[in-house]
Parts: sequence; C-alpha cells; structure tokens
Amino acid sequence: MEEMNEVIRKYVVREYVEDDTEVGYDTPLISGGIVDSFSMVSLKRFLENKYDISIPDDKATPEAFDSVNKICSLVNEYLK
Amino acid sequence: MRLEVLTKNLHMSNIGSYNERIKDFDWSIAEKELDYQPGQVINIGWYCSDRICRMGKADKQALIWEGSTGAEKRYTYDDIRRLSDSIGQYLRDLGIQPEDRVCLFMDKVPELYIGFLGILKIGAIAQPLFSAFGDESLLVRLENAQTKVIITQKKHAPKVRKILAQLPWLKYMIIVDQEPGKPLQEREVAMNMEELPAAETFQIYPTKAESPSVLHYTSGTTGQPKGVKHVHYSLISQYLTAKWVLDLRDDDIYWCTADPGWVTGTSYGIIGAFSNGVTQCVLDSGFSAESWYRFIGKHRITMWYSAPTAIRSLMKAGDEIVKKFDLSSLRHLASVGEPLNSEAVIWSEKVFGKPFLDTYWQTETGSIMISNYPGMKIKPGSMGKPFPGITATVIDPEKYEPFAEPGKIGLIAIRPGWPSMMRMYWNNEETYNNKFRNGWYLPGDRSSIDSEGYFWFVGRDDDVINTGGHLVSPFEVESALLEHPAVAESAVVSKPDFVNMEVVKAYVTLKPGFIPGKDLDLDIMNFVRKKLSPLAMPQEIEFIDALPKTRSGKIMRRILHAREWGEEIGDTSTLEND
Repeated sequence: MEEMNEVIRKYVVREYVEDDTEVGYDTPLISGGIVDSFSMVSLKRFLENKYDISIPDDKATPEAFDSVNKICSLVNEYLK
Repeated sequence: MRLEVLTKNLHMSNIGSYNERIKDFDWSIAEKELDYQPGQVINIGWYCSDRICRMGKADKQALIWEGSTGAEKRYTYDDIRRLSDSIGQYLRDLGIQPEDRVCLFMDKVPELYIGFLGILKIGAIAQPLFSAFGDESLLVRLENAQTKVIITQKKHAPKVRKILAQLPWLKYMIIVDQEPGKPLQEREVAMNMEELPAAETFQIYPTKAESPSVLHYTSGTTGQPKGVKHVHYSLISQYLTAKWVLDLRDDDIYWCTADPGWVTGTSYGIIGAFSNGVTQCVLDSGFSAESWYRFIGKHRITMWYSAPTAIRSLMKAGDEIVKKFDLSSLRHLASVGEPLNSEAVIWSEKVFGKPFLDTYWQTETGSIMISNYPGMKIKPGSMGKPFPGITATVIDPEKYEPFAEPGKIGLIAIRPGWPSMMRMYWNNEETYNNKFRNGWYLPGDRSSIDSEGYFWFVGRDDDVINTGGHLVSPFEVESALLEHPAVAESAVVSKPDFVNMEVVKAYVTLKPGFIPGKDLDLDIMNFVRKKLSPLAMPQEIEFIDALPKTRSGKIMRRILHAREWGEEIGDTSTLEND
C-alpha cells in the first residue's frame, strides 16, 4: 500500500499544481503559494474523507498544512 | 457602550486636522503638489517613476521584493523608470497600441508592478487579474475586454493555453520566467525583464486626464463580471488619499498586503505608493502569522495597509507569537476590504500599540471614500467619515433622499465627481447607469450615520458575497455548479465566518442517479475552485431535495441566506411549497 506522504503529495500535485513544479515532502505548500488559505478547506476535506478523521478547524492552520510531512503529522494525530 | 480611541500624533500627521481640511478642500491641492495643470499631459507611469527621479530620488529604493523562498530583489526609482520604459518599448514593438488591453496575470512578482507602469506609459490599458483565477474566470474577463496581450508566469500559462482557442484577438502570451531553450507554443513569447535592452529614446505616450488607464473586474449579483474603467486622472485621488489616510511620508517603509489583481493592490500597492515616492515592500508568499511578523521586523515596516481577514487570522494565531518579533518600527496601520470589527481594532491597539484604521471604498470608487484618519478620534467598528472633497451620506432606499435624522439604516450614497470615480463599465452602459439614483452614486452597501457623522457599516444591499475582502457573484458560482455533471440545481449564499467575515455556501439538488456523499461534495468543491477561483469555491455544500422557489419558479435565495445567518425569513407568501 502506498505511504501516506506519497498519497498526499500526489493529491496536491494533481489538484493544486498547474505546471511542472516539483513537490517534495518538505516543499512549502502554503507559504510557497502552492495551496492558498481558501483551498486549504478542500485539502482538509480530502484528508478527512480519505482517512476517515475529523480535523478541528483550529488545528487546520497554515503552519500545520505547510508541507506534506507536516500534514502527515497532523493526520496521524487523529488516526485511531 | 462604544469604545473610542484617540489616534496619537495629531500634529505629526499629513492630514493635520480633519475638521480644518474639510472646510475649504479642493482637489487642486493634489494637482498643485503634483505640478499638474488641467488640460496637460498626465500619465500615471511617469508620475510613479520619472517624476520621482526628477525630484532627486533616483537612487532611492522603490521596491523591495521577497519571494516565498526568501529570495530578495531590490529596485530603485531609477530602476523602475528604466525597466518600465523597456517593457513599454517591448510592448510597442509587438504592435500594442494606445488603449489596447494588456492583462497582467501574475503572482506578486516585480514584473507585475513594473509592467503595470510600462503598460500605462504607452497609453495602453492595464488589466490586472488575480493569478488564482481558474480558466473560466479568466476567459470571461479576457473575452469581455478583448484583451490583446496577457503577461504571465510559466506556472499560470497552462490556464491560458486551455482557453487560447476561444480568444482569437489575443495576439500574444508573454511569459516572464521562461527557461532559456524551453520550447514556446503558438502565440507565446518569452520576456526576461532584467535582460530587456535599454529604451534610451523611449517616449511616454501623452495621455490626458480622461485617457483610460486601468480595467479592473468586479462581480455583481447577476450577469458576468463587470470591467471597471479608470482613467489617468484617478492619480489625483490616489496620491492624496495615500498621503492623508495612509499618511505616507518620505522616510516610510510601506507594506500594502493586497494583490494587484484587485484594486487595492493597484491604487495603493502601486499608484499611491510610487506617486508619493516611498519605499514599499512586497511579500510574494502565502499567509502565515510568523512569516508576516518576520517580514515586518526584517524590513522595519512603518506603514502597514492590510485587510480584516488577515488581521483576524493574526488574532487567531494569538498574542504570544507577536512577542517573538521586533515590530517597534510600525507607526501607522490601516485596513480595507470589508468592515473591520471593533474587536480587531481593540486587539491591534493591545498587541501593536496602535489601532488599525478602517478605510471604506471599492473598485468603482478607485480610492478611499470614507475613512478613519490619523489624529482623529476613532470609534472601533466605525467606517469613519468621508474623505475631504467626498460628499457621502445615507439615503432612504425608497425615496433616494438623505435621511434627515441620524441612526437610520439606508443606502450609502456618494455624489459623483471625484477624480478616481470609474468612468464606465466596459461595454455595459446599462449596468453603469443603474448605479446612479437621484444624482447619487450607490456602491451597493447599507450603513447608518451617527450623530457625530461617523458611518457604521451594516451589510451589502444585494446578494454579492464579500469573502476575505473579495466580491464573489452567487450567479457565477451557480452557473459553474450547473456545469458539474451531478448538479441539477443550485443556490449560492454567504454564511458567517470568523476569519473571512463570510464564505460561499452552496445548496445543491442532484440529478437522478447521483447520491449525496463526502466524495461528491469534495469533487464539486474542486470543480468550482478550478473553474472560477479558490475564493468562489463553496466552503460548504448542502445537498437538499428541493430548493425554495416562488410559484413562478424563481429560487428564493433570501430564505437560505436568512437560515445561514439566523435571521427572520420574512414574507414567504410567494413560496411554491408554502
């Protein structure tokens, strides 16, 4: 089964990257302008659907979503 | 009880006493300061670069840019004069004529700021568009303006390529960061601003006061987005409001956080700043409280013009983080885009030692109309008072006459005639004419005025959604939703949001064979985001069996709106299923 970080990385590339920008596990997503604050809502929704979790709004901060690795840490906090 | 804050340093502010200024105000104050004689040439590009150089500030920093990786670029006033000349010459060589529309579709990169001036210098019309727009949003705006050239970055080029076949009059797509040797496609050209040849003999086009300058698009309740046409004379308002409201001074380090894809980013992120000859900083990266505070501390920002959404996001990040940075350089703070709630004003006074002063205006007005001023007593939560020379009031929505007594809620109305007033909606005279009643221009907002003349914002007078300071048309979102294969009908309204004031919510009925679910919900969200923009993406979708409609079949959006905001639903006598 594909690792969580690769699943999320592929989703980010598919949904938020228009050109051939490379996205690694530590690439800044929010501060790097790849995912904006409005689009974070759809990324959060994807994570909640995919991993059957609920991320509280106050935990879905730009800092927590700023890279694939940070997102994985956040998701792991809420996985049962 | 309404809290009041007296802003400090009355005697030090550019405006001085507000009450004295309004007594004998005339826009000729700005004309004289800018050495402009009515009837003569007035070109914003020249005033924002060449004139500052002639004042002996050629070597002064005009623009300090920082990208998301921390890379920094600095440009003096002589640099932006020279580079904007070169861009102007480059466009002329491509065959661009005065009044041709040239779209700027970029992140906040230096080419956007300097290219804007270059376009104006050749008498062409700058058409800035928000770089997060999806292909559908881009198409309707480029089609409406019959844009000749689009200047963009390679990361945004795929969106343009998708719609290129539908834009026969678009002659060129200029890519500012194309890697050497990478192949270009049909109608594409590469332009590296730093490597453009010097335009030694460049002549600025002699635009006059009423020559068109900027075309900004804004959303309405119905119909397609409207192109708001401004002219070079708008400089008079933009220069003076930047000086008196933003209090820009020669030694200021100024940061306007707005994106020039929207009007604040051009009126005050380019024109107001450069025509006043200040040094301005630009941070081209996504939002985080830490990166913003670091940026202020690093560049010793003195004047900060931001938006309530950003301020509330900073509030959400807490007070502790503020203490990690030296923000002592901040001298003056102002806000625009949506009403600034009193809590945010009080919070900024607490953590920064000074309040954010709210300013009120819109794309059509081109410059600040109603504001709080340095030195004036401010009432947190109030929009403040009209700028000197602006006649603004609140009128009865039935009679279109000003209310005789204070405290009544009505429509904000402004007497036309200030320099930066829009001159027309592009190819849409009928909608333009509908903005006027009984000799007043109506911005479409409701307010009251208290006994001391302070304006208090109440809300929009239409269904347009103001999310994070940007207007979103429910019509546009509903139209996009209907293109999704699962959606039968939709109604789009706003819902309250702590950070963005309001966000987009969609009520959706599905076509037979589709079942509501989390994956479909996400699919529809992403569909709208890519087609229109992240701002327009519904933050919540509610699947329902039937939308509330009148007996004649019209969707009753107001019922859904009332439900979201916990308001009285009102008269439902025309409801179909009542």
